[in-house]
Amino acid sequence: MEVMGALSAGVVPALIAAVVLLGLLERRDVFAAFTRGAGEGLKVAARIMPSLVGMLTAIYMLRASGLLDALTSLLTPALRVLRIPEEMAPLMLIRPLSGSGALAVGSAIIETWGPDSLLGYTAAVMLGSTETTFYTVSVYFGALGIRRTRYAIPAALCADMTGFAAAAFFTRLFFA
Amino acid sequence: MGISWIWGLVIAASVLYGAATGRIGEVGSAAMEGAGSAVTLIVGMLGATSLWCGLMEVMREAGVLSGLTRLLRPVLGRLFPSAGEDPETREALSANIAANLLGVGNAATPAGIRAVTLMDRGGGEATDEMCRLIVMNTASIQLIPATVAAVRAANGSGEPFAILPAVWPTSAVSVTAGLAAAEIMRRLWR
Repeated sequence: MEVMGALSAGVVPALIAAVVLLGLLERRDVFAAFTRGAGEGLKVAARIMPSLVGMLTAIYMLRASGLLDALTSLLTPALRVLRIPEEMAPLMLIRPLSGSGALAVGSAIIETWGPDSLLGYTAAVMLGSTETTFYTVSVYFGALGIRRTRYAIPAALCADMTGFAAAAFFTRLFFA
Repeated sequence: MGISWIWGLVIAASVLYGAATGRIGEVGSAAMEGAGSAVTLIVGMLGATSLWCGLMEVMREAGVLSGLTRLLRPVLGRLFPSAGEDPETREALSANIAANLLGVGNAATPAGIRAVTLMDRGGGEATDEMCRLIVMNTASIQLIPATVAAVRAANGSGEPFAILPAVWPTSAVSVTAGLAAAEIMRRLWR
């Protein structure tokens, strides 16, 4: 675990340095490229802000009404079998449907339990190792006008479900 | 459209449930609080998101994306035997997977759409290899999940990237499970 910790602490700064040095060796204007991309990043953040406001408003309302807890307790027995913390239920429900919704739910969990708590880690790992399945399918097949998607969605949902259980497992393994 | 319904129903259900359980006042103040927290979250994420997008652009400029694309070409020929025969399709496939690994979302989608377009046999039906590509795109294979790290940073994490050792095996397990499920379903689906 010590080795993994050191590895994960080093990988990002090393990557930043390597990318910049490689760019310099390739004789590219790295700072101009960086600022161009960074500006693009600010625009992306501005673009997702409205949907994030909408999603977090709805999620805070759902939580305050007590309905979120009621729904979560319905799913608890199934989650217990997979050894997934019950607090992850809302995140798992929204994850395949909406990217900003998942970000909102995940961030609410991380905020509630703390980013460096076991539940905070689990939510982050779930967010970081799954995708917005239905959105992705609709983008790809929508572009082609494919109506018979056959087993693409069930297979993709299998990947999501496995990802959730694996996230809980590996988080326990590394951080418990 | 689907999202509009989910969003609307969540709000309506919260108000009804809150009214029934006498928590309507809390629901009202939670709405304002939620909207405010979205702004706090985005502002907290701005630095990390912007830094990462800047690095992505340097990476592309330095040829890392095209290098990885070249590296993936032979591997992908095996996963996509018939699409891999056509050099143009294989190029689009490799570019899509490379961009997904590096987390360059705005490069992944156009390459992926080009790949499925080239793979299309017509008739409005998905081919087996298309389903495989979809699974690889819906299971996240991103090596550095920068957005999640930004969320962790915005919530005051001491080490936003500490999740990496857990994210890697999780991603590997989930994409493998997705491909295995696709393989089993391919045989059963008629």
